[in-house]
Amino acid sequence: MNKRTQPRSISNTTKRLFRYMSHYRVSLITAVIVVALSALGAIMGNYMIRPIVNSLVAGEGVATLAKYVIITAIIYLFSVIGQYISGRLFVYCAENTTANIRADVFKHIQTLPVSFFDQREHGDLMSAMTNDVDNISRALGQSLSNIVRSILMFSGTILIMLILSPMLTLFNVILLGLLYLAIKVVATRSSRAFRSRQTTLANLNGFIEEYMSGQKVIKVYNHEEPAIKDFSVHNDNLFEDATRADTFATLMFPLTGNLTYIVFSIIAMIGSFMTINGMFAMDIGTLASYLNYTRNISQPLTNIANQFNLIVAALAGAERIFDILDEESEIDEGQVEVVTDPDGKCYWHVPTTLYDCQAIINRTEEMRKVDLPSPEFAEKYPGCLVPLRGDLRFVDVSFGYSEDHDLVLKDVSFYAKPGQRLAFVGSTGAGKTTIINLINRFYEINAGHIYFDGIDIRDINKHDLRHQLGIVLQDVHLFEDTIKENIRYGRLDATDEEIIAAAKAANAHDLIMHFNDGYDMMLTTDGLNLSQGQRQLISIARAAIDDPPILILDEATSSVDTRTESLIGQGMDELMQERTVFAIAHRLSTVRHSNAILVLENGMIIERGEHDELMDLKGRYYEFNAGIVEL
Amino acid sequence: MLRKTGKYFKGYVLFAVLTPILMILEVVVDVIIPSLMRSTINGGVLAGNVNLVYRNGLYMIIAAIFAFLVGGISTYFGARAGQGLGKNLRLAVFNRVQTFSFANLDKFEVSSLITRLTNDIEIVSDIARMSLRISVRAPFLFIMATIMAVRINTQLSLIFIVALPLMAFGVFLTLKFGLPRFRKYQTKIDSINRRTQENLTAIRVVKAFVREDFEIEKFETQNKKLVRSALNAMNLMILIMPFMMLIMYAVIVAVLWFGGNFMLQGGMQAGDLFSYIMYVGQILMAVMHVAMIMMNFSRARASVERIFEVLETEPEFLESVDQGLTEVPNGSIKFKNVSFKYPGNQHFSLKNINLEIDSGSTLAVIGSTGSSKSTLVHLIPRLYDATEGEVEVGGIPIKDYNLKTLRDQVAIVLQENTLFSGTIRSNMQWGNKDATDQEMIKALEISQAADFVLNRAEGLDARVERGGTNFSGGQKQRLSIARTLLKEPKIIIFDDSTSAVDMTTEARIRAGLDQHNPKLTKIVIAQRISSIQNADKIVVMDDGNICGAGTHEELLEDNKIYQEIYESQQKGMVAG
Repeated sequence: MNKRTQPRSISNTTKRLFRYMSHYRVSLITAVIVVALSALGAIMGNYMIRPIVNSLVAGEGVATLAKYVIITAIIYLFSVIGQYISGRLFVYCAENTTANIRADVFKHIQTLPVSFFDQREHGDLMSAMTNDVDNISRALGQSLSNIVRSILMFSGTILIMLILSPMLTLFNVILLGLLYLAIKVVATRSSRAFRSRQTTLANLNGFIEEYMSGQKVIKVYNHEEPAIKDFSVHNDNLFEDATRADTFATLMFPLTGNLTYIVFSIIAMIGSFMTINGMFAMDIGTLASYLNYTRNISQPLTNIANQFNLIVAALAGAERIFDILDEESEIDEGQVEVVTDPDGKCYWHVPTTLYDCQAIINRTEEMRKVDLPSPEFAEKYPGCLVPLRGDLRFVDVSFGYSEDHDLVLKDVSFYAKPGQRLAFVGSTGAGKTTIINLINRFYEINAGHIYFDGIDIRDINKHDLRHQLGIVLQDVHLFEDTIKENIRYGRLDATDEEIIAAAKAANAHDLIMHFNDGYDMMLTTDGLNLSQGQRQLISIARAAIDDPPILILDEATSSVDTRTESLIGQGMDELMQERTVFAIAHRLSTVRHSNAILVLENGMIIERGEHDELMDLKGRYYEFNAGIVEL
Repeated sequence: MLRKTGKYFKGYVLFAVLTPILMILEVVVDVIIPSLMRSTINGGVLAGNVNLVYRNGLYMIIAAIFAFLVGGISTYFGARAGQGLGKNLRLAVFNRVQTFSFANLDKFEVSSLITRLTNDIEIVSDIARMSLRISVRAPFLFIMATIMAVRINTQLSLIFIVALPLMAFGVFLTLKFGLPRFRKYQTKIDSINRRTQENLTAIRVVKAFVREDFEIEKFETQNKKLVRSALNAMNLMILIMPFMMLIMYAVIVAVLWFGGNFMLQGGMQAGDLFSYIMYVGQILMAVMHVAMIMMNFSRARASVERIFEVLETEPEFLESVDQGLTEVPNGSIKFKNVSFKYPGNQHFSLKNINLEIDSGSTLAVIGSTGSSKSTLVHLIPRLYDATEGEVEVGGIPIKDYNLKTLRDQVAIVLQENTLFSGTIRSNMQWGNKDATDQEMIKALEISQAADFVLNRAEGLDARVERGGTNFSGGQKQRLSIARTLLKEPKIIIFDDSTSAVDMTTEARIRAGLDQHNPKLTKIVIAQRISSIQNADKIVVMDDGNICGAGTHEELLEDNKIYQEIYESQQKGMVAG
């Protein structure tokens, strides 16, 4: 709620915003020219009152009148057409510009590191994508054209007034200056009142949000009466502040309207006096036309004042959006990529110019035993080709989520050879999830190395790295789409048959067929029309379909009913066959069948070994098993 | 809509009435000025009468000052009336929500209640303020300016008979075709926002599956459609202004032509023509305002409906708030043939439950998700009322108790333990507002929360952020238990409320409770058999039925579901 309502640097933000608009500069410039012509038309139409009245007073006859009236009609017609055309052009520029901004933000967000999302509330990002973009769209579409038109109307009117009567205009400018001062006093108080209203409103809304969310707790504690009492205090505060803010904001209308009348009256007196005495070449037609300008002169000013708040809001929003666009993207300088030979075998292609191939091969001695690519294939890739196998090792890895926080992992080393299973066991906060996030390179390590098939993962192209890792997370996120498309998310070119095969492998097929629409069943946002267990089954199928060499499993701890639990277990066991597996495990069967169990505590591996060894050790792992300490 | 809303002007009726009345006075000045100007031009300028010019000028200035004063006061009154309405509505909705039962609360989602209390009420109060001013101003200005125009020249006024229907028809057509396009555009916006939200929540999945490009592509398709739909709607809607201007200019041109002819024939004077054009401006302005009000009203209608949906929801068991027994004799509980279905649901969630719990004993409830464990215990403090059958506490039907007494004596620690912003002390006071520090610390000790509370420099005065986000899940649960203990209840229900607490701590909490008050009846819903195997009685729930009751040993012997759960936990989980 402590959002900035004022932009920090108006000029920078405006410049940047205009750079966005410059894609549509032709339309924009045309729009400005057309709006200028249209404003000119509106001013000129008004001017025509002068010759008409004068000719009538002089009794010049119908033909003269007809001539002038037709000219007036044509001027007005062009003015209206111009108004519509410029309106369309402005809307066109505004909508396209905002769409580009929206797309750029979305694109940029996709490249941001996970740590960015840890620090930011989703609500803030959403409000940038919705409210802020909306404000910009409104400012560009309506306010911009309005302001351009108002400025032209105002200066054009002053100009023509000067031509009509310099003397009257002198009085007029003085009076307008006074009017401006009066408006300014009210406007300053108004914006002060508005700001304090915003604070009170934010407090009240915060209170409402908190209490509505905790309403059931309120009931259970019989806390209704104190809640109403606290609410009333906030509510009364808002009433006072909002009344003041509203009063000042609305006061602008009677203020400008009636002050304009006063200016009008004074000018009417002076003008009439001049006309009667024939001073300064004043005649009745000029007076009528001049008074008509006077009556409308404050309108463009009020218009600009009205648009001002919108513009400020839009600039503040644009600044928040540009802040997001200025966030650093994930670092991805890795050059090592995955290539596939004609037989479908995959290799890491390591360009020799950049990396030391021998060091990579030396790092994993088994590497020498495996098949090398055919010479013809190898020839196409300068450097060396390392077979993709799924060997993963941590060497003295240390990591902390931010510099001022303690290390979450301290000098952690372990390895998993292709096809091996590793289970991580430890209490909450021991660092299990962090290890998984590091393999994925969601975060950058502070010290040490992580090697994938002997290659430092920082040297691997991030996309290719993540493609080799299949993931089933504890918090299952599914998308608002059919079940089929949700599974296809794992591999976009998968056929329907492959999807069904993956679902069968994950033990999800029977469940899916149980639904009315089967694979075509639409999931609601985040799959809330499925139970947690059912969602997890689908997410297993999603991971299975890409057939990755390394699998990362974060088993759900939370309560899933026994039957689904066993389905998930079988699904996961199936998926684990012939892959390197890293599991944060809660089920004994996952743990027991692991080649190694690593017990983590406070960011360090305190025990490691097979199930039986660790049980004999009678250490922490044993305690977990005996149920003495909670996982 | 107006009648319903009008009631909530209470306390601000005077302001609501005076605002439009003052507004009318302002309108009078509005129509006087052109006619004074007419006299200035006709009688002053054309006749060369300087005194008349001065006199009229002075009148105009006085009229404008008067109008400003009146308008300023009406502004203040309007703001007071509008915000008063907002305040009353807000309080009424908040009060109504406080009387809601759990069933009522289930019907409205939290987010929708929040929107109703914030945005919807703001919209209604804003529109009330504007309408109080404009909805009277516009018609009056229209009528009075028309009368003045007709008085100047009746024949000339025939122009309006052509122009006004044309204008209304044009606006009607634009809105008729424009509004559906606008709504379509709105749904497109909603759907792109939903996609963005989804993308943000699932960003780790997107990254893990390297689907950034795929997501961008999907987004861009939607974004392009959105632009098309926006232009489609806007291009029509922006017709309105130029169209209005067109009509207005046409009227002015017609007035100039016909009026000019009248002048040539001697039927009109320059001042007549001038003031007539001023009235034309006022009349058309009034019509535009009416169109604006209508648009505002349709915007407010949806909000008003949403607000009244809450206000017109009848709370359940309102009658027992101030009456009924205020003493619960003991902590025994009895379910007699109890069946329950959630409002609006077809099938029963609980089917013919019979169950007796002795005062001071411990009952555990176990079963898979969806077996209605929580529903069963929610009936005891009347969070929901049984559809059939009866629940008794202390040998007395629960409906005979004062609701407040019942809920104080039958305390439940909910699954979703919300802490509220403030301090630990202010949160503890929810249990007992007069609790002393010693009592609070005692409760915190029992719930194994004393350590981490007293370790903080501020102790009981340590800040609690909104939703308790500065405490871990386990800590929040332990604080909630302490808060509940301060109520000194006869029955305490743990609705899966130690799920984030480790087993050693859980065991200590249990021991602390036994020691503190052996006479307390305890009901525990749990997932882990290990946390309940010492209970006096264990009830196994399956699909709304009690399919077994007894001690751990008895159930292990003869209850199939219990055996299944036990085995899966013993063999399947590292931590049994």
